[in-house]
Amino acid sequence: MSPGNPTPTMRLAILQFPASNCDQDCVHAVRAMGARARMVWHKETSLGDVDAVIVPGGFSYGDALRCGAIARFSPVMQAVIRFAEAGGLVLGICNGFQILCEAGLLPGALIRNRDLRFHCEQVFLKTANFDTPFTSGIARDGAPLRIPIAHGEGCYFADAPTLERLEAGRQILWQYCDATGAVTEAANPNGSVRNIAGIANERFNVAGLMPHPDRAVEGLLGSEDGRAILSGMIASLESRQKAAA
Amino acid sequence: MKAKLVITPKKAVLDPQGKTVANALEHMGYAGVAGVRMGKYIEIDLAPGTKAAEAEQALNEAARRFLSNPVIEDYRLEIVE
Repeated sequence: MSPGNPTPTMRLAILQFPASNCDQDCVHAVRAMGARARMVWHKETSLGDVDAVIVPGGFSYGDALRCGAIARFSPVMQAVIRFAEAGGLVLGICNGFQILCEAGLLPGALIRNRDLRFHCEQVFLKTANFDTPFTSGIARDGAPLRIPIAHGEGCYFADAPTLERLEAGRQILWQYCDATGAVTEAANPNGSVRNIAGIANERFNVAGLMPHPDRAVEGLLGSEDGRAILSGMIASLESRQKAAA
Repeated sequence: MKAKLVITPKKAVLDPQGKTVANALEHMGYAGVAGVRMGKYIEIDLAPGTKAAEAEQALNEAARRFLSNPVIEDYRLEIVE
């Protein structure tokens, strides 16, 4: 139901693992952005004909061993790895971010929150790079995004050389900040290095973030700021396709 | 035959659980604790007739690919009778 896009053309695959719990949220969010969403079960070996993939949040395989460690070896993830290597857009949200890191599609890892507590709250995000398919829909001069988090293991870690590469390559997309946009220690909910909330790969076709844009597409639920991320991603798919046509 | 795998967080990685346990030990009066690292212990039963050298090679690979995450963890593998 998007007035700006009456004939949805972009097709997004939403992965579904045992104990995914944001798969339906992502389907709702994608459809609210005027695109098509299709759920793809973890045992599928092919994604079918899709334009992008969202790896949703949850607790895939009960978080056994490490968050995302089992999901990374699922049949559907082998298809996602091929899709990403071919340049396809892949967004991982929360557990999806953890899975993409475990799969080696994104650098670093997500570990236990530094206060050992599960955080379920609204946070503010500063966008550090607007020139990516995942951030191009965000207003450059706007206020920080207000988007909820819900995780126990969202503390982003990468070693110093990796962090330098992320900085130099402008791969840090979002940082936890306060309401004024200042990136402070107090605004860091989980102990992530450099307040990192989300990153992209070197080619900017794979991104992951701990906050949930999928849970921030309806004003009634507290925030619509997730729309800027998701609709921007879909718009960039559309312009990609126009450029290719 | 068994394989014993001990997985610990790397030195550079934050280990809030270990820190909390170290603090508790100190509060309980156990002197001399300089630090605690909390990890995982995985015990794998090996099928009869498995060759130790082959098991070691295969499990080293599994430890690097799957059982540990080299970005954040170190591991120690031991094959015992």
